[in-house]
Amino acid sequence: MRVGKPPRAARTAHPFLRYAVRRVITSILLVIGVTLVTFVLTNLVPGDPVAAALGQRAAEDPAIVAHFRAEYGLDQPLVVQYFTYLGNLLHGNLGVSTTTHNPVASDLAQALPATLEIAIGAIVLSVIIGVVLGTVAAYRRGKVSDHVLRVVSLAGLSVPTFWLALVLYYFFYFKLHIAPGSGRLDSDFNVPHTVTGLYTVDALLAGQLDTFFDALSHLFLPVLVLTLYTVGLLTRFVRTAVLEILDQDYVRAARAKGLPARTVVWSYVLRGASIPVLTVVGLAFGSLLSGTVLVESIFSWPGIGSYAYQAASHLDLPGVMGVGLLIGVMYLLVNLVVDLLYGVLDPRVRIA
Amino acid sequence: MTLPTVTTDEVDPTRLRWRRPRLRFGRWSAPLGIAGAAVALIWVLVAIFAPLIEPHDPLAQNLPILQAPGQGTFMGTDELGRDVFSRVLSGASVTIPLSLLLVVMSVLIGAVLGAIAGFFGRWVDELIMRITDLVMAFPTVILAMVIAAALGASLFNAVLAALIVSWPSYARLTRGLVLGLRQSNYVVSGQLLGFSALKSLWRDIAPNILGPILVLASLDIGTAILLLSGLSFLGLGAKPPTAEWGSMVSDAVQNFDSWWLGLFPGLAILTVVVAFNFIGDALRDALDPKSNTLRGGGLTL
Repeated sequence: MRVGKPPRAARTAHPFLRYAVRRVITSILLVIGVTLVTFVLTNLVPGDPVAAALGQRAAEDPAIVAHFRAEYGLDQPLVVQYFTYLGNLLHGNLGVSTTTHNPVASDLAQALPATLEIAIGAIVLSVIIGVVLGTVAAYRRGKVSDHVLRVVSLAGLSVPTFWLALVLYYFFYFKLHIAPGSGRLDSDFNVPHTVTGLYTVDALLAGQLDTFFDALSHLFLPVLVLTLYTVGLLTRFVRTAVLEILDQDYVRAARAKGLPARTVVWSYVLRGASIPVLTVVGLAFGSLLSGTVLVESIFSWPGIGSYAYQAASHLDLPGVMGVGLLIGVMYLLVNLVVDLLYGVLDPRVRIA
Repeated sequence: MTLPTVTTDEVDPTRLRWRRPRLRFGRWSAPLGIAGAAVALIWVLVAIFAPLIEPHDPLAQNLPILQAPGQGTFMGTDELGRDVFSRVLSGASVTIPLSLLLVVMSVLIGAVLGAIAGFFGRWVDELIMRITDLVMAFPTVILAMVIAAALGASLFNAVLAALIVSWPSYARLTRGLVLGLRQSNYVVSGQLLGFSALKSLWRDIAPNILGPILVLASLDIGTAILLLSGLSFLGLGAKPPTAEWGSMVSDAVQNFDSWWLGLFPGLAILTVVVAFNFIGDALRDALDPKSNTLRGGGLTL
């Protein structure tokens, strides 16, 4: 390895641009890795896809099997098969679900907006609540409220989300009739004209206020369940991040010169804590996506979570792989955005 | 996470032994940790002695179906006439040992690979760390779901899938800790005395990195239980008629009116996970006093 100054071009290039390019390339490599994982899992595992697709009787006829293998390229070497698979992915072809008999890609495209609607709602809510609670806990460190918050957030992290969904559904819908039933809209409302696929936004765009409120009320329980879990995670991280910032000299100086507490919190503490918090938001998004897979089926919420549940319980491999791939790529994208924002917020990151 | 500092320069490398980390529990975390330990102990005992204390056979379908709690049985009966209480107890002996096994295995695999990566560096490090990057590129439940679905639905495969997704966090942690100690004077002087890599790792490094790894492990038991029961909830773990908490909750959806079918197995999961998380939290506090107690700077203004 050559030791010495880096090449001139690299030094003069815009540092943020270099950082961004490096992060994008890493993410692309990871996406390729993710496809490799799903490919290997679909191919190298026990269970013969031929028998699964054709059924026992047809699988015993060598002619049919040979024809099937040739048709789907199963007689090719694995490396060739992988590139065929990659090519198919690039064309948006994720295979055909063995439960719905539709192309997985179109199934997922249909289901995704439903999931995004609850995921966005949950992440926004939990960031707000988590930042407030975490800051309070840090400021009141060692006091009773800090310990109460600690117990609450630990408990939140310990609840099985699928069970919490069931319990809340039972109480709020089945017993108390406060929350609406399952699905995204009551049957007496028409689905608003699709623009974004998010019913609340579409209803507003179409000017149908009653549909908007109905869609919003259906969001309540699923968003609540997902939020409760993520809030626990965020509260703890925000607390640690804020504690570390509170220890910094510049915060001490701001306090010492008598700035109002509110100014110190907003302009000094939270601004400094924003970077670690941002990272956790990226990570929390992953737990949120996992949460939807476990939660949606209980609310009959027609998102990718219900789809995953259905596919998993029927051992529908193309369906499961499709969801895995989609969520894996979404998770990478979110964390890429987080990392890029990181670079925007903290100049030091670009150089490291 | 801040790690406990190791005073590397004052240690005589030839006399270094495993020193028990000094535990300093906060005023509130100790009682919580003790309460957690008590509940966890009860559940572990239940897991061991489940067959002896079950009032009914958890698999026998010989009771009136869908009977509410209190009408002859403590937690009611399910749609096949099985005793829910006995099934909840029996579920402990399925989930708890498997989760403990899972955590022990992932600590072993992760710590060994992480130590190798951190100690030897170069391409070994690069290879192992890129694999952990890849595994951690997925949300854990999703990757575990994908793996379990590919392997086929069984409890063993669910554990295997969970193992594949959970070792990398230990590998990363261990690698970081080993890297931090690798160049410290006492490790280097040990090597100058002719210690082999294995001896260096075992005698000089392992005792000093054990604490943080154990804390992570204790916090991970709860996660392991949630992961395994989540996979079973998805139908990718325990097969019927095994009494497993996650699949019991999943079955309960069919008989929504009978709230006791889902409530009790879920409470079982919740209490076990809370208990282990309290233990882990108290341990972390004690090993890393900076994060929670009043000492160590912070709000001194």
